[in-house]
Amino acid sequence: MSVSLEQVARQREQTPVRALLANQSIWVTMALAIICLVMSQVSNVFVTEDNLFNITRNFSFIGIIALGMTAVIITRGIDLSVGSVVGVSGIVTGLVLHAGHSWWWGMLSGLLTAVACGLVNGVLIAYLNLSSFIVTLGMYAVARSLAQVLSQNRMIYEFGPDEKIFATIGGGTLFGMANPFVVLLVLVVVFMFAFRYTTWGRWVYAIGGNEQAARLTGVAVNRVKVSVYMLSGLMSGISAVLLVGYQGAAINAMGTGYELRAIASSVIGGADLMGGAGGAYGTFIGAALIEVIRNSLLLAGVDANWEGTFVGLFIVFAVLLSKFRELRSG
Amino acid sequence: MRLFELRKISKRFGAIQALNDVNLQIDAGEVLGLMGDNGAGKSTLIKIMAGNFRPSGGEIWLKGEQVEFHNPLDARQKGVEVVYQDLALCDNLSAAENVFLGREAKRKFGPFSFVHYTAMFREAARHFAELKSETRPRDLVRQMSGGQRQAVAIARTRLSNPDIVLMDEPTAAISVRQVAEVLDLIRRLRDQGIAVILISHRMPDVFAVCDHISVMRRGAVVADKPIKDTSPEEVTGLITGAIEFA
Repeated sequence: MSVSLEQVARQREQTPVRALLANQSIWVTMALAIICLVMSQVSNVFVTEDNLFNITRNFSFIGIIALGMTAVIITRGIDLSVGSVVGVSGIVTGLVLHAGHSWWWGMLSGLLTAVACGLVNGVLIAYLNLSSFIVTLGMYAVARSLAQVLSQNRMIYEFGPDEKIFATIGGGTLFGMANPFVVLLVLVVVFMFAFRYTTWGRWVYAIGGNEQAARLTGVAVNRVKVSVYMLSGLMSGISAVLLVGYQGAAINAMGTGYELRAIASSVIGGADLMGGAGGAYGTFIGAALIEVIRNSLLLAGVDANWEGTFVGLFIVFAVLLSKFRELRSG
Repeated sequence: MRLFELRKISKRFGAIQALNDVNLQIDAGEVLGLMGDNGAGKSTLIKIMAGNFRPSGGEIWLKGEQVEFHNPLDARQKGVEVVYQDLALCDNLSAAENVFLGREAKRKFGPFSFVHYTAMFREAARHFAELKSETRPRDLVRQMSGGQRQAVAIARTRLSNPDIVLMDEPTAAISVRQVAEVLDLIRRLRDQGIAVILISHRMPDVFAVCDHISVMRRGAVVADKPIKDTSPEEVTGLITGAIEFA
């Protein structure tokens, strides 16, 4: 044999540079860098510690949710319920704290509520084979309505003995960064690692690539599907707990519209609604890009109502870009 | 003692008799061609051998023991692997990941275990080399030719070191040059002492690679003879019913 097995095993079809350029998140990172560069020239406020602090904190809440969303989208599903889950999870957290329980009870109850919503979604989708769009649309309505029922349409504040601790969790800083941003960074690393180096992660991609094949080769498809919806719920719960702490109050409208912003973050970052593609770093960059666009328009003195137009154009552009690359690579 | 034997297998779906007293034998290192028109009962028979269906009657014997397959995983554990017609590959994963799908190589760190890519690439490369296929373990399946995809699907069956490999129409949808590649892959499996059951519509492929041929018509085996004792004309007659029995 002229080439050794070791050599074959190491062969790649693409050089690392080409593989990098084929990655959508790299292009979005470049777009983000260009916007930041332009903004740093246009506005003397953009690159200030305060503004950067605000930007990173603002997109953290969406970014955390979008990580869970990306896992769902990779399996060729969708989770429309995340915004409403943030609502009900936030209200439960608020009520438990308001009743005078400790901060960790408040946090745990919020997270469990969110995971329970995800569990219901996942079981209906995986075991009853219902469409993820319809099931999570149902949860979207149910969870928001439960938030309204539980809160009786009141704002919930006065968080009892642990009010200060809870405010610090959501509103405090660590190493000069807002806590939600620190949480997001940690989660991005965890997700990157889990997607690539755990069998769970590889199965998530396999299910999105060819669910039937995954089933035939012995992948526990149903259990993995339930897990991604529970994970999406958990991420919504984490975001909700941080939001309640940061805002110092819980209202039942919390999280309204978050589902679309989370989906936008995932898709801009390279997630494919047809399944099988997406990543944690891309999702992070996607979420950052949306917030930077918003912030830039604000600083440039553009009417804030234009935000949707710009973000919308970016979503379509990102998808076009991925289609174009697909065509070229054949 | 035969390696694998079906004895008087029958299968009913309600009032429909899909299989009627089917007998089939195969030895190690043998390639058996299973032919028949659509609706002759080939698919039902494959599904019984692969553990998807339970037979209504009859016995399955493997290495001198009577066995029952409760599901596809059970059949695989007992030594029967299937290469599905659509190959059951994930386009978005690499060749190696597809080979190891559902049984990934893992490396342990304390209580945690992680996917061991280098081991998977190395093992997959070894299997491709054994099959004399030029498939590279790191390449995405999306960019592969039909022949390479077959190699990935076949390499996957090698992981469990099976006694029998069932191949469902492996040459149905690929180019002529790739057909030759796939037939070579089948010969490699045979040379390694594996019994291959090839289900195919393509007469030339069956005659090129099989040692033995079984023809099914209306749920029954109407011919079972060495390939050298028959001809494409006779087999066509048997499939269509022009020749009643041989």
